[in-house]
Amino acid sequence: MALVLNEEQRFLQQSAREFLGDNAPVASLRALRDSRDPLGYSSQLWQQMAELGWASIILPEEYGGLDFGFTGLGLVMEEAGRTLTASPLFASAVVGASALLLGGSETHKQNLLSQVAAGELTLALALEESPHHRPTRIATSATADGDGFLLNGCKTFVVDGHSADQLLVVARSSGDSNGADGLSLFLVPRDAAGVSIQRTIMADSRNAANITLEQVRVSAEDLVGELDHGWQVLEPVLDRGRIALSAEMLGIALETFDRTVEYLKEREQFGVLIGSFQALQHRAAHMQTQLELSRSVVLQALSAVDDTPEQVPLMASLAKARLNQLVKLVTNEAVQMHGGIGVTDDLEIGFFLKRARVAMQIFGDTGFHKDRYATLCGY
Amino acid sequence: MTAAIRRESVQDLEQFRIEARQWLQDNCPESQRQPITPEEQFYGGRNARFPSEDARLWFERMRDRGWICPEWPAEYGGGGLSPQHAKIIKEEMKAIRARTPLYSIGIWMLGPALLEFGSEEQKQQHIPAIINAEVRWCQGYSEPGAGSDLASLQCRAEDQGDHFLVNGSKIWTTGADKSDWIFCLVRTNPDVKKQEGISFLLIDMADPGVSTTPIELISGESEFCQTFFDNVKVPKENLVGGLNQGWSVAKALLVHERKLMSELGSDSPREVLAPNAAAREYLEMVDGKVADAQLRMDLVDYDMEMHAIGLTHFRTFEEKIAGERSAAPLVMKYVGTEAEKTKSELLLAILGSQGLGWEGEGFSTAELDTLRLWAMSKAMTIAGGSSEVQLNVIAKNVLQLPQS
Repeated sequence: MALVLNEEQRFLQQSAREFLGDNAPVASLRALRDSRDPLGYSSQLWQQMAELGWASIILPEEYGGLDFGFTGLGLVMEEAGRTLTASPLFASAVVGASALLLGGSETHKQNLLSQVAAGELTLALALEESPHHRPTRIATSATADGDGFLLNGCKTFVVDGHSADQLLVVARSSGDSNGADGLSLFLVPRDAAGVSIQRTIMADSRNAANITLEQVRVSAEDLVGELDHGWQVLEPVLDRGRIALSAEMLGIALETFDRTVEYLKEREQFGVLIGSFQALQHRAAHMQTQLELSRSVVLQALSAVDDTPEQVPLMASLAKARLNQLVKLVTNEAVQMHGGIGVTDDLEIGFFLKRARVAMQIFGDTGFHKDRYATLCGY
Repeated sequence: MTAAIRRESVQDLEQFRIEARQWLQDNCPESQRQPITPEEQFYGGRNARFPSEDARLWFERMRDRGWICPEWPAEYGGGGLSPQHAKIIKEEMKAIRARTPLYSIGIWMLGPALLEFGSEEQKQQHIPAIINAEVRWCQGYSEPGAGSDLASLQCRAEDQGDHFLVNGSKIWTTGADKSDWIFCLVRTNPDVKKQEGISFLLIDMADPGVSTTPIELISGESEFCQTFFDNVKVPKENLVGGLNQGWSVAKALLVHERKLMSELGSDSPREVLAPNAAAREYLEMVDGKVADAQLRMDLVDYDMEMHAIGLTHFRTFEEKIAGERSAAPLVMKYVGTEAEKTKSELLLAILGSQGLGWEGEGFSTAELDTLRLWAMSKAMTIAGGSSEVQLNVIAKNVLQLPQS
């Protein structure tokens, strides 16, 4: 039963909700923002999350993982969406770890995955080169140089790029500038010669980076996946990331919606609770219908990663497109229904609004995924 | 231990699937695996005739197998099977495109309510007659003055000692001109809160004083009627669920009606075009993509919505098996019928002027049906509780927002 949680999964979700509620509420994100924290997340919290096993949920036991499956990860992502918890969970434990798992050499897996699982090593995917997700339009070059390669190019919107220990750089080793063929993935330490990292302060207070690569030397052992065939690793990694993000966005939508419905039951105007107005009731009820559909989509997408890999591309685009639309609707309505207080920084709704916009852009906006879904359907 | 039991029951279900597949293969006549036209739908009833000999054979085999209503208790002619088994039968029928052998408001709506609220005598009298297609039922809920505000209904039943005397009228009584019996909501107490003075009554339409007039719709069809009651005597034993308890029965029955309407799109009698197939036939394609960017996005929006709705139907089924409750079933009527309207508008846009033919030469049957279905789809978000009423219900029962 993919769409109903089992007892272990339910327990995991409950314990994640309790832990994050106690240790990483939205107030923690506000504190990180206000203190201009150089890391952008609490390393102590990340250690605790790793000890709970969250950094290794999707990894096999042989690499120090829990092997609990993608649905388990999704439940933690959903809860982290409710609290807007800043951590390397997405960039490192989902995206980075999946890349090594799907494309890394046995040496990579033995040496690095257990460190990722323990929360000791963090990874970030350096992919984008323009303000829009175009995963095959890669100009960053990898040119052969003796027994290794030289990397040159500029990356932008590298999630957690300012803090990750190692970067997974997508570069073009052959082919034209907009093709899936000819892409390769390389592991690059953040302190490698020729790497310069500029932290970008983003709306969601979680931060990313612009990264310039200038004559960065990598060896053949740093290649993740096959030379020129990096797309075979990158596409499933992106899909896993999209599905995990969708789970986070479900949590964002649920929490924002819950808080808004509570407000409709508290706020009085014209001598009555505003939740008694049909104009607001119908908009809230419509959101409930969209939340129900989205929950089914997210659960199916998560279980597809483990059970039906052939469905993953279609489910990833369905989930990302629908959840993008959902969080946009729910966060906008939340601000509007809260009225004046909704546009104050004091209220936490603004944090959900901002994180939603960043999550909507990561790994493909609504238009990108509608186009991909249509193409996969053959029109 | 639990896992072992579950494995065993999965094996049992797989075995059942294999047997069901074989039985359907052996017993469903070839002619009953073709798309069905409205004229070929068999509704049963006193005056019904089978549209063909194969249709009769197919119905009788399914009836004798207990598969007309697989989930209903065997003692009343049902199959006595679990929801999982019933789902397998449905899936296997769909796999060979087997026609629904009996279309019946008695099965879809009245039966479940009778099984829950009816007396033993009522179940024995009516349930087998529904399964055996001996009686065709229609529904008497709405009135000219009671639409969305259903509880304000005025059709009254006065207690005359040994019987009720019924006077008033019901509207949107689907198929009433061809039906034998009608189940009605009637006013039995005008002096209390409106929901508390309503009773649920079964009325034989052959009784003196019952008459029916069809209503022509924008689709050109007249499947809905208005039904009039003029001093109709109804025996006391035809009361279901107790005097003035009709609103509870009505609400339970509406759940079945809404579930049915939310699933209608997947089981339409007409030759329904699928939007993405129609797009390939009617629209210019460039490099395998629909050239009209707006229509392409409309199409993908619809396909994604249906994908999400399908998954949610599946989720509600899994939740039912697992004994879990969620808000999902309450949203399905709203999202399902709104999607049906979207689909009809989309098809009209895809077909262009070929989708605008009303009748006659120059248009294929599928094209003509598309327009008629488009007109009919407008009723989907009105009948069975309008979309606005659905949103009211969600606001009240799920979100528990304050009522004004």
